[in-house]
Amino acid sequence: MMIMMKTMKRTIYALGILLTLFHSGANAQSKYFTKSANIKFDASGTVEEILAENKKATFVLDTKTSAVEMGILMKAFEFKRALMQEHFNENYAESDKFPKATYKGKVTNLSNVEFRVNGTYLVKMVGKLTMHGVTKDVPATGGIQVADGKVSGYANLQILLSDFGIEIPGLVKDKISNKVTITVKVWLDPLP
Amino acid sequence: MKKYFLLVALATLCSFVSLTNAFAQEPVGLLDLVGDSTTEVEYVKNAFKSTRIINSQSIEMLGAGSLDFRVLHRFGPVNSGAGNLFGLDEASTRFSFDFAPTNDLLVGIGRSSRGQKEFDGFIKYDLLQQSQGLRTVPLTVVLVAGMTLSSTTYSDPTVTNFFTSRMSFFQQILLGRKFSDDISLQLSPTLIHQNLVTYASDPHNIIALGVGGRVKITNRVSFTIDWTHPFNSVQSSIKHNDPLAIGFDIETGGHVFQVHFSNSVGLNERTEITETTDNWLKGGIRLGFNLSRVFQL
Repeated sequence: MMIMMKTMKRTIYALGILLTLFHSGANAQSKYFTKSANIKFDASGTVEEILAENKKATFVLDTKTSAVEMGILMKAFEFKRALMQEHFNENYAESDKFPKATYKGKVTNLSNVEFRVNGTYLVKMVGKLTMHGVTKDVPATGGIQVADGKVSGYANLQILLSDFGIEIPGLVKDKISNKVTITVKVWLDPLP
Repeated sequence: MKKYFLLVALATLCSFVSLTNAFAQEPVGLLDLVGDSTTEVEYVKNAFKSTRIINSQSIEMLGAGSLDFRVLHRFGPVNSGAGNLFGLDEASTRFSFDFAPTNDLLVGIGRSSRGQKEFDGFIKYDLLQQSQGLRTVPLTVVLVAGMTLSSTTYSDPTVTNFFTSRMSFFQQILLGRKFSDDISLQLSPTLIHQNLVTYASDPHNIIALGVGGRVKITNRVSFTIDWTHPFNSVQSSIKHNDPLAIGFDIETGGHVFQVHFSNSVGLNERTEITETTDNWLKGGIRLGFNLSRVFQL
């Protein structure tokens, strides 16, 4: 009986260790995220500067599948001029109707990135940007920086407002550029 | 023995749960893993395009540091006939500057051309802002207090005139709600106090209720209606009518252009509510426009 108990005990321990290993293996630092991704866009025309910044976007990177996802609340974009922000939400982004933009894509060369080795790794992304009720393929280029276990990154995108059904009235054509450059900066934490 | 069995069962169960979790997560987006849904107080703004519905104050404020230069213009009444080019020969104007030191405070000064050539000033405070999300507030409450100052010569110089006779005051509580993206409504209980009235029998205090609404037609054009009903007779000698205005707000970049028809010629709260004598039904309608240009200081 004693021996049987001992074997039992060992089996249980082994099983426990195995399970623990499996469990942690499934979740081992494979995902990184932030809820304060920084997104800036520049839609400046020839006569006026139109810049906005959003510091509250959500960003998740899955290093196993190379998947990238980003959620952006349109109303969190801040402009220097209050009226510009109002016009952005009311007339262009229509933030009440389309409160959130999302980017869902993949890093095409994530295998180049050594998450345990310090360095800057250039990456490319393909994905779909959904904004103003329209989904469109938008590629991006950027980089991932690893510094002593801390992972950060940036990406640049370029879109045409007309692709997303956002029209610029003739009167302000020279104030607002149809071509908008977007810069994303993230400082990531491992997803527990 | 039993204890170990239980332990094993528990461990297996745990691993199954984590396994099924892992599988269940696959079709769900990555964003869901981090609880992407933000819970914040979201203020409902832009119930109206401008800080005025047409003649009356709206529940709308200006962003901190904004300066709003406004030009109000009213032609004469349509029923003044062809000789007056149906009112277009006449003009009554008001210029004003409104400044927003903070997001919930607005102060303004203006001057009207007509009648008593009044200077006016007001202070407007956003007491409660409609919101949703983390905290739901069903309506916006804005307080307005202002005064007008006549700058013409005294009507009767033979008697002792007091400077205070030139002054009138108004107080309003604006209660408004943006019901949907397209429809906004507001009620504005108003008290007007005139230090000097024409006849002894005229009331110094006038209580009125303003009703205003907006229907958005496109992103840049909305239809507005602005009506005020005074509850006590304003001036015993003249037949008064409720000021009623209907119009359109047209937004073009930094400008809001309000074009409208109204029976009131007055361009501040006092003259609008106490001196409107024209009648809509008899063609006492005036074409008018308000120009608003907002600068960021």
